[in-house]
Amino acid sequence: MAIASAPLRILIGKVGLDGHDRGVKLIARALRDAGVEVIYTGLHRTPEQVVNTAIQEDVDAIGLSILSGAHKTLFRRVLELLKEQDAEDIALFGGGIIPDEDVTTLTADGVKALFRPGAPIQEVVEFVKGLKWRD
Amino acid sequence: MNSLNPHPFMCDIHDLATLAEEVRVGDVRAVSRLISLLENHPGAREALRFLNTTLRKMMVIGVTGYPGAGKSTIVDRLVSFYRRQGVKVGVLAVDISSPVTGGALLGDRIRMSEHAMDFGVYIRSMATRGHHGGLARATGDAALVLEAAGYEVVLIETIGVGQNEIDIVNLAHTVVAVVAPGLGDEVQAMKAGLLEVAHVVVVNKGDLTGANHALRDLREWCPKVLRTVAMTGEGIQELAAAIAEHQRSRGVRHVEKARNR
Repeated sequence: MAIASAPLRILIGKVGLDGHDRGVKLIARALRDAGVEVIYTGLHRTPEQVVNTAIQEDVDAIGLSILSGAHKTLFRRVLELLKEQDAEDIALFGGGIIPDEDVTTLTADGVKALFRPGAPIQEVVEFVKGLKWRD
Repeated sequence: MNSLNPHPFMCDIHDLATLAEEVRVGDVRAVSRLISLLENHPGAREALRFLNTTLRKMMVIGVTGYPGAGKSTIVDRLVSFYRRQGVKVGVLAVDISSPVTGGALLGDRIRMSEHAMDFGVYIRSMATRGHHGGLARATGDAALVLEAAGYEVVLIETIGVGQNEIDIVNLAHTVVAVVAPGLGDEVQAMKAGLLEVAHVVVVNKGDLTGANHALRDLREWCPKVLRTVAMTGEGIQELAAAIAEHQRSRGVRHVEKARNR
C-alpha cells in the first residue's frame, strides 16, 4: 500500500567556511514551496555533522551549497561518510561555482547533480521531485 | 544493516518486527526509518506492539510557547544540561507544514548544531502535515520509539503556538511554556490556554527591557515562573531543577532513579 502523498524530506545546508547563504536559502524556500520537507541546517557544517543529521532525519537526499572552492574535498568526504554509514541510498546533490572538469569528476564519484550559477531554480525543483522513489 | 524493504512505504509485519528489534538495540538508522514509517503509514503502528514501551521509563518534557520566544535555544541548553549528567537525550522538534503546498522548512536544528556529533543525542524534525494541536500526528509514536531505543529524556518542542495548540499536555509529563518580554500585558496571562496548562513558565530573553514586568504579571497567574537568558545559559539550571521538582511532585521517576533501576 503506497502513500503517494508522503512528502520528500531533503537536507539543505552549507559545509565548510564560506558564509554566502543567499542561494541556499532561495533553494530551501523553493523546495518548501514545491511541497518538500526541508531540513535546513544553516552555515558552517562539517561533512560529519551533515551525514549524522541526514541519518537522524531519514532524508531522501542531501543538497549542499559550496562556494568556497573546496567542493571536491567536501563532496567526496560526504560520499565517503555515507558509504561508511551504509547510507548510500541517500542521494547527494549540490550547487556552487564548480568548473566543468570537476563536475565530470564529482558526478563520476557519485554526486547525483550539480547546479551552477545561472541554473533556473525550477531545474533544481524538478530534479528533487524526480527523487520521489529512492532505492 | 537495515533489513527493512528499501521501498519506504511498504509495511510488512515481519519487516516491522525486525525493525523494532533493531530499534531496541539502539540502531539510529532503524529509529529514523521507523519514525518515517509512522509518519507516512498508519499501518506502521503495528510495530509499536513489538517495542513494548509506555513512556513511563522516560522523562517526557514539552517545550511550547510563542514563535521566536526561544524554544529551540532553551531545548539546546537543556540537552547540554542532561548530557552533562550522562543521560541519553532525544529531541522531537515540530514545525508547521504549509497549508498551501504541504512543504515545510524545518529549522529548529540550527540552534542545536552543537549536538550534531554527540551520539548520545538524537534530534528529529517533524512537520505537522495538517495536524492541529501544535504537534505532528506521529510525535507521540516517535517518543515511544525513542524510549524503546534507550533514550532517557525526550524534549518535545511544539510549533510556535498561540493559545489553543495544547496537545503537548496529553503527551509530556512536564510542560514548559516559553514567553518573551513585551508580548502582552497582564490580560494575556489571564486568558485561557497555554499558560493555564503549563507546569513551568519561562520568561526567556530575561535581560531585555520589560522582563521584570512580565515576571511580575505572570507570577500572579502561574504557579512557577522563571527567568532565563537561553543565549548565555542563565537560568537553565534553575529550569532543570523546576522540571525535576515537578516530576517528583507527580510521582514520575526522575532521571537519576530511572538510571539506577
